[in-house]
This record gives sequence, C-alpha cells and structure tokens, in this order.
Amino acid sequence: MKLSSKDLLGIKELTKDEIILILDTASGFKDVLKRDIKKVPALRGKTAVNLFFEPSTRTRTSFELAEKRLSLDVLNLSVTTSSVVKGESLIDTALNVQALGADFMVIRHSSSGAPHLIAKHIDATVINGGDGINEHPTQALLDAFTIKERIGKLEGLKIAIVGDILHSRVAKSNIYLLAKFGAEVRLIGPPTLVPEELEGLGVRIFHDMDSGLDGVNAVMVLRIQMERQGKGFFPSTLEYSKNWGLTSERLSMADKDAIVMHPGPMNRGLEVASDVADGPKSVILEQVTNGLAVRMAVMYLLAGVRE
Amino acid sequence: MKILIKNGHIIGPSQGIDGIGDILVEEGKIKEIKMQDEKNKSRESCIMNRESDARTINAKGLYVFPGLIDMHTHLREPGYEYKETIKTGTMAAVKGGFTTVCSMPNTNPVNDNSSVTDFIIRKAIQEGACTVYPIGAITKGQKGEELAEMGIMFSEGCVAFSDDGKPVMSSLIMRRALEYSRTFNVPIISHCEDISLSEGGMMNEGLLSLTLGLKGIPSEAEEIMISRDIALANLTKGRLHIAHVSTEGSVRIIRDAKERGINVTAETCQHYFSITEKTVEGYNTNAKVNPPLRTDKDVNAIKQGLKDGTIDVIATDHAPHHRDEKLKEFDRSPSGISGLETALSLSLRLVHEGVLTMPQLVEKMAVNPAKILGLNKGALKIGSDSDIVLIDANKEFKVEAERFISKGKNTPFDGWILKGMPVMTICKGKVYE
Repeated sequence: MKLSSKDLLGIKELTKDEIILILDTASGFKDVLKRDIKKVPALRGKTAVNLFFEPSTRTRTSFELAEKRLSLDVLNLSVTTSSVVKGESLIDTALNVQALGADFMVIRHSSSGAPHLIAKHIDATVINGGDGINEHPTQALLDAFTIKERIGKLEGLKIAIVGDILHSRVAKSNIYLLAKFGAEVRLIGPPTLVPEELEGLGVRIFHDMDSGLDGVNAVMVLRIQMERQGKGFFPSTLEYSKNWGLTSERLSMADKDAIVMHPGPMNRGLEVASDVADGPKSVILEQVTNGLAVRMAVMYLLAGVRE
Repeated sequence: MKILIKNGHIIGPSQGIDGIGDILVEEGKIKEIKMQDEKNKSRESCIMNRESDARTINAKGLYVFPGLIDMHTHLREPGYEYKETIKTGTMAAVKGGFTTVCSMPNTNPVNDNSSVTDFIIRKAIQEGACTVYPIGAITKGQKGEELAEMGIMFSEGCVAFSDDGKPVMSSLIMRRALEYSRTFNVPIISHCEDISLSEGGMMNEGLLSLTLGLKGIPSEAEEIMISRDIALANLTKGRLHIAHVSTEGSVRIIRDAKERGINVTAETCQHYFSITEKTVEGYNTNAKVNPPLRTDKDVNAIKQGLKDGTIDVIATDHAPHHRDEKLKEFDRSPSGISGLETALSLSLRLVHEGVLTMPQLVEKMAVNPAKILGLNKGALKIGSDSDIVLIDANKEFKVEAERFISKGKNTPFDGWILKGMPVMTICKGKVYE
C-alpha cells in the first residue's frame, strides 16, 4: 500500500488505512532508532528544506534529525533570514526553494492554509509542520503512535484533550485522527476556548474538569499561551490553573492506567503540575522520541508515492 | 443618432410597462415608447417604420430594461489603479448591463473632500463608459472621528455618504451623520460590522471556520450594528441604507424596522444569495469577502427578503483586486469579489427560480437604487436618459474570469454556467454590444 497524495497537509486528508500504514512504518523506524547506528540510507541524495515562517525549536529539530536519519541533505530556512521580510510572496519563496532542488518542504506558518497554497504551486513534496490554527498532522500521528504503543489500540478509547482547543492545531489534528478510529474524544476547558460547534465532529464537550476526566484512558494537556491572558479568554492564569490545570488529584478521576501527554513546551504549574508531568503516567518524553520515528515514516512513505 | 429598438419585451416598472413594444432614442434621450396594441398582437410591428434614418435594433425575444444602477461599486481610482480604474470599471459595468455606478470612497486619498469628488466626476466624464456618481465618506479619512464636509461634497455631486469597509464605531458620530445628512436629504449607507466582535475574522463563524482554522465572523457582528443603526435612524429620522445584508437575522431586524415605519432601506449582493461559506473550502481567496459568505439558511432568508421587499436593492459590491493579492495566504489576502460582470446573470437565476418576477428584478437593480439615491434614472419614459439594456434571458454562457473587462479577475463563479445575460447596453448615447 502507498499513500495517495504527494503531500501531507493534514489528518483531514488521510484515510484510516493510510494512518495505520504510517504508524506501522514508524514502528520499524523506532527499532532503527534503538540501534547503535541510527542512520539508514533510504533517502540518500534527496534534499529536505525546513521552511519555518514561525519560531519553533521542537518541531524543527525533530524534523531535522528525522531527515538526517534518513540520509537526506537538510537545509533550514527560518523567517528571520528569509526574503519574506523583503516583501517576497510565499509562492515565490517556495518556488525559489524548489529551484534549489528541494524534494521535500516542511512548512511551518502562522497562516492556516499556507502549506496548501504552496502545495498547489510546486511539485516538491509538502509536509505541514503546523499551519495557523488549522492542523499539525505529524504531532497527531506521533500522539496516536504513543497511545497505541502504550495502550495497544485506539479504537474505543476515551481520550480527553484539555485546554485551548480553539487556537490549537494539535487538538484539531488529534480530533480528526481519533474520530477516524472511533475513539471517544472529550474536550475540556472554558467555553471561551472550547467552541460548541465542535460537537458537530462527534466530540463531547466538558467545562468541568473532573467529570470530563472520569474514566479516560489518556489525557492530552495543551499548552496555555500566555498571550491569551488579557484577551478575555480567561481572567488569569491562576484562575485557569485552578479550574483546568492537571493535578495528580484530578488525574485520579481517570482510568488507573491512563497516560498523560503534552505536545510541549510545558508551562509547569499552569496547565500541568510538575508531579504529574514527571510522574509514572507521563509519556511526554516518549512522545518526543516517537516524533522522530513518525516523521521518518512520513517522509519515507511520501517519497514512495512518486515511485 | 437615432436608435430604434423594435419588438422587445419592455420592462419599465416605474411606468408600469410590461409588454412588447418599440423604443425610439434620439440625442441620448428616449423620444418615444409605443407598446404593441393588445388587440393586434399578431402584427409584427407597431411604430416608427417611418424612422428610416434610425439604426434599427431587432429586440425580438429580448427583454428591454432601463439601464441597471449599481449603488455599491469600488472603482479604485484614485490610488489603486493597479486594481481597477474608472475607465476599466465603467467598461465592465456596461458589459454587465449597468449604465450608472456609484463609487465607494475608500480610494487613496479617500473621497472625503470635494477635490477628490471633483476628480472622480471629471475623470468619469472623460473616460467613463457609463455614468458615475461618487459616494463620499461620512468621516474624514474614514476614521470614524470627525464628519467630512458632506454639504460641499453633495454640491459637488456625491449622492450618498458611507465609510464603507470601515464602520463608524462611535454611536455618537453615527447619530450626528444621520442627523446632519438630513439637510441634504441624502442616505447614509452603513457597512454594518461591529469590528470589536469580528476582529481578525476572515469567514463565517461556525464548524467550517473551525475545521479550516480560519477565524470566524459571527452573524451577530452584522446584526448588532444593524440594530444600532436602526435605533439611531429612529432617533434622528435620518435616511439609513444598510449595505450588503448577508444574514437571516439581519433580514428579520430590517423587516421589523420597516414594519415599525422606520426610514431604512437595504441592499444585498449577488453572492449572498448564490453561494455559501462552503465556497471557501480549500482556502479559496476568491471567496473571501466582507461580510463573509454565510450558510444555506441565510441564503434562503436573503431570497425571502428580496421577495417580500425587505431588501430593496441588489448591488454588486464590485471589489476588484490584483491577481497577486489574491494569490496570498488566506489571512493576508484582501476581501472582495469582482462582481459587475456576473451580477445580472446571477440575479436572473432568482427570476428563473421564481423568487422574483422580471419587473421586481428591474426594481431591485434600477428603479429602487434611483429612488433611494434621488437619481433621475432607472425609468423608461419619454425624455429620460437613454440608459437601456437588452437582455437575452435564456442565453447560456460560461463565466470566464480571465475574459472579464474588469482588471479584477477575482470571482468565485469562474467556470459557472449561467443562463441569461445582457447582450446590448445603450449608455451615454453609445451602443455597446
């Protein structure tokens, strides 16, 4: 089986079978990453450009390392050094990068739909590394990989996503992915950050943390962005944390084998208490490791689309 | 030059004309109208065989309308000539069946003083294919702070005032504008949007905006301001005209206000009764418009509002943009649809669907705009300007944006097959076909 599109723009665009293929392939790469020599020659001679229009350390380094493990030549372009500041259009920037010989372009952009726009105008493979408040597909894939590895399946699980759903591309991608597998998705947070319309996607919405966490198999805690404070989404970080911060006491509402996830970077003591983040249920650092394997799988499979 | 239009189906609602007849045009004026004798319908012709020196146009099978009037056009000149000019915009208008357009003031510089008004009028006389009436800004620089010199702009030729695109957020300034404008008996055209509520929004708010990751604009951003402006119209007895109505709630609020006898009129645009927010899918910047495209229930309510008279006017909100601007990220792309060359055909769908009768359509696109703006236009009567458009209501054609005369090729209707189009426009004494 092959993926059907040359690009990975979002989870929305993938079928369940394609997601299973990516997760299975990532399993193989995870074994590779445990070896003494972690590099494979799979994509030797090809070039990847990480085109980041928004600051990112975690996602960019994860992609960069995944690319190097696949023997790709890697170029990192970030907005501060790009010609965008000189007024160049997004399409022109992408065409110039393509003219340098890029086979893969990983795009991170603050505008929703920016990778889609680029994909329409270039032949190289485009991978969405997070666009605006739309999607962050590789994060959802690595989250699914982590859940599957820990719990053994996705089907039928109860999974809570806590926090700023409205502005979270991570949450959106996870919702689409988990829905395709028939998991029960619960969104928890204040009504200002958890829009009711999302019930149209089959999720359940909770504003009370304890009832939302009741019996869940996994809790995904989202980062609360400090800049939301003072915009009327919640009165203060203190009040947010009192109502929706994940503490070990609250976590006791969840299934006894529940896992705790966070896409990073964490605000300790705000959305998640330190003892939870560092506790036995936390799989936060495993997520980081799994991210490498999943991104290797994605690039490897996308390269296969062209063969 | 004499022109004789023979055997067309003449629709002139202002004079109660609806039937087969002939129109004679001479020296840019309508000289004579003669309807076919009811008793002798079989006879091929009725008048003016004696007019052998006239250019004769056989309008058999065609409708003959008064030239259409667009009371909401962005001609972009001065300042944004790369998007559109008075020349190209009026040529597009004539192709679309319009003989009069009213240009919105959001040019650069803003039309907030008589020298800009004067420039537009002179340029339109020199280069315009059709008649142009400028709309002046309500406030200086469209900033919503200080009233612009409405009286001077009015005497220079402005027919209405609007801070289009930049709603007057101060209720006090809006009150003053509605009061002061009574001196000249001109309408204040309000772009109703509570910008503190719509802040950063790019499309209709709902599940679709969430799944596209595009910040939404709730219907209430429009409805709150319509409610406010209606309250102020009631307070001031000024003449309020609501621009581009897009929501079900807005139609309901305006209907209630009219029932209460408040002096308010309203327009919608062809896209608000033709397409929904779904057109935005795939980050289609040609479907980015403000107010945003809404949902099926809004489309149906707009149609109902047109049918029952709540909405008086169909205006184009012709908003041409350069190709490069629409080839940007969705949030960086400007709002607007190039509308002059598709508005009539899209509106004719309402007639084909049975929402409007042909005379009602002419009321919405010619008679009512003239009435609201106090123009001596929009009527087929002896002595009036020979602004006439001939329509083939059944001719099918494919919309090809690249072949638009307008510089703005930004349309979500590219590739659509539409039924009914203008085949000839007579304007300023010239025949365009």
